[in-house]
Amino acid sequence: MIVASPKPIEEVINTVKDCKKLLILGCNECVTVCEAGGKKEVGILASALRMYFAKQGQQILIEERTLERQCDHEYLEEIRDIADTYDAILSLACGVGVQFTAEKYLSTVVLPGVNTCFLGATEERGLWTERCQACGSCVLASTGGICPVSRCAKRVLNGPCGGSTKGKCEISKEVDCAWQLIVDRLTALGKMDEYEQIAPLKDWSTDRAGGPRKVAKEDVQS
Amino acid sequence: MSLKTDSKLEKILRAGHLAVTSECGPPRGTDLSKVEEKANLIKDCVDAINVTDNQTSVTRMCSLAACIKIKLMGLDPVLQMVTRDRNRIAMQSDILGAAGFGINNMLCLSGDHQSFGDCATGQNVHDLDSMQLVQTVRHMRDEGKFLGGGDIAGPPKIFVGAAANPFADPFEVRVPRLAKKIAAGAEFIQTQCIYNVEKFEKWIGLANDRGLTEKVFILAGVTPMKSAGMAKYMKNRVPGMDVPDEIIKRLSDQPKEKQAEEGIKICIETMQRLKEVKGVAGFHVMAIEWEEIVPELVKGAGLYPRPEV
Ligand code: SF4
Ligand code: SF4
Repeated sequence: MIVASPKPIEEVINTVKDCKKLLILGCNECVTVCEAGGKKEVGILASALRMYFAKQGQQILIEERTLERQCDHEYLEEIRDIADTYDAILSLACGVGVQFTAEKYLSTVVLPGVNTCFLGATEERGLWTERCQACGSCVLASTGGICPVSRCAKRVLNGPCGGSTKGKCEISKEVDCAWQLIVDRLTALGKMDEYEQIAPLKDWSTDRAGGPRKVAKEDVQS
Repeated sequence: MSLKTDSKLEKILRAGHLAVTSECGPPRGTDLSKVEEKANLIKDCVDAINVTDNQTSVTRMCSLAACIKIKLMGLDPVLQMVTRDRNRIAMQSDILGAAGFGINNMLCLSGDHQSFGDCATGQNVHDLDSMQLVQTVRHMRDEGKFLGGGDIAGPPKIFVGAAANPFADPFEVRVPRLAKKIAAGAEFIQTQCIYNVEKFEKWIGLANDRGLTEKVFILAGVTPMKSAGMAKYMKNRVPGMDVPDEIIKRLSDQPKEKQAEEGIKICIETMQRLKEVKGVAGFHVMAIEWEEIVPELVKGAGLYPRPEV
């Protein structure tokens, strides 16, 4: 899923402070799972902002709404009637949701309420970690199912580098060395002979480097 | 003896001599005379001089410019190039520029992560990794082609090196990884600083068993300790560095003013011991900001005068 984390409240206050009427718009998908932008977080942020502006003696009407998804025309249509009654919509969806909302409601200011961080998984309650950078050409088959692109700080394709220490990455004792994990897994799978095959130069044109990407599946297009 | 390049380092190694290299860090400014000073301090006791590439990710004058300066002094520089800061266009371009100035050696590295340096908020590139950079230089030299397939008018005649760290983890892959670097085309290897001599000997022993030391020249890396404090710092703070407690004890047992002397002694002992080890083809003496000590180390290890080739 896409993992996000709430923006600092000061930053949010600064972006919404000139509004008279604000909609905080949550999303029921990834940001709900990572507890950054679901119905619950919409409620918490709304209360915090109401309290702050009340203290400042500032009149601002804050309403709450959470859609099934903000990256889908169908669900975004649900706010068609009300969108332009607000000075701004503060979207707690990922960057995709924020943009899709903005594209749909051209005349309303749409602001991000979270920082979109990465593609990751829930390691344990309250802890999410990165697993993929959507490079567009997956190499997991040759790396024991562990991604060197997203999980190695230097995205070394023939690792580990010389900084790997006791299973940890050179950047921090808190970060696992992806290549230690890869070697452990290849060993467990009895595939260490594959380790000695040199990974070729990667084609990064399917990655960010190639410019904005698109996936088209013609057989389902109408 | 068939030489692939005009590198003096290659000549020395292929003639069967123990080679000695050392290194210079370029200045944090524009004064090239600093490079000249450092090179002059070491030039008589080494065969080639590595020039570091923004080491520890701290911004400095570019390695290529400092290499050109050293080359113009009539010496043999080793251009260090990290994959952190350049994409494949920039790297191929710098390789051509280096070869154009008669720079005959390169050391291909991934580079320390930028979080260690003065631009921690910067982007890193890592379009290629160090192994793929080795492949790239060999491809350009031996096939006379760019990565994109086009012909190079005057391919770069560069002797290609890579680094190896026998002390990084996991130990089991350190020899297979050396094998990979050799398969990628590395012709010489400069190792991480050796303090844990037993572990190094174990590593090179395994490399000997696989016949790897017949395919590549391994220059054992050494760095003299200036003080017990430096030894502790390297042990605890520098990733991939293995400093045994005995070394720290030997240094801290000395009064402060005698610790540097002890560090030099340890370094010379290490070189003397490793000179006899099968598979060691020479030494890479790293004494950053202590270049003036290099001649004493080389002489102490019985590696002076340097052979004429
Ligand atoms: S290799 Fe690419 S697609 Fe596969 S997990 Fe890593 S970043 Fe994602
Ligand atoms: S220590 Fe491991 S994860 Fe970190 S940069 Fe090196 S190979 Fe990658």
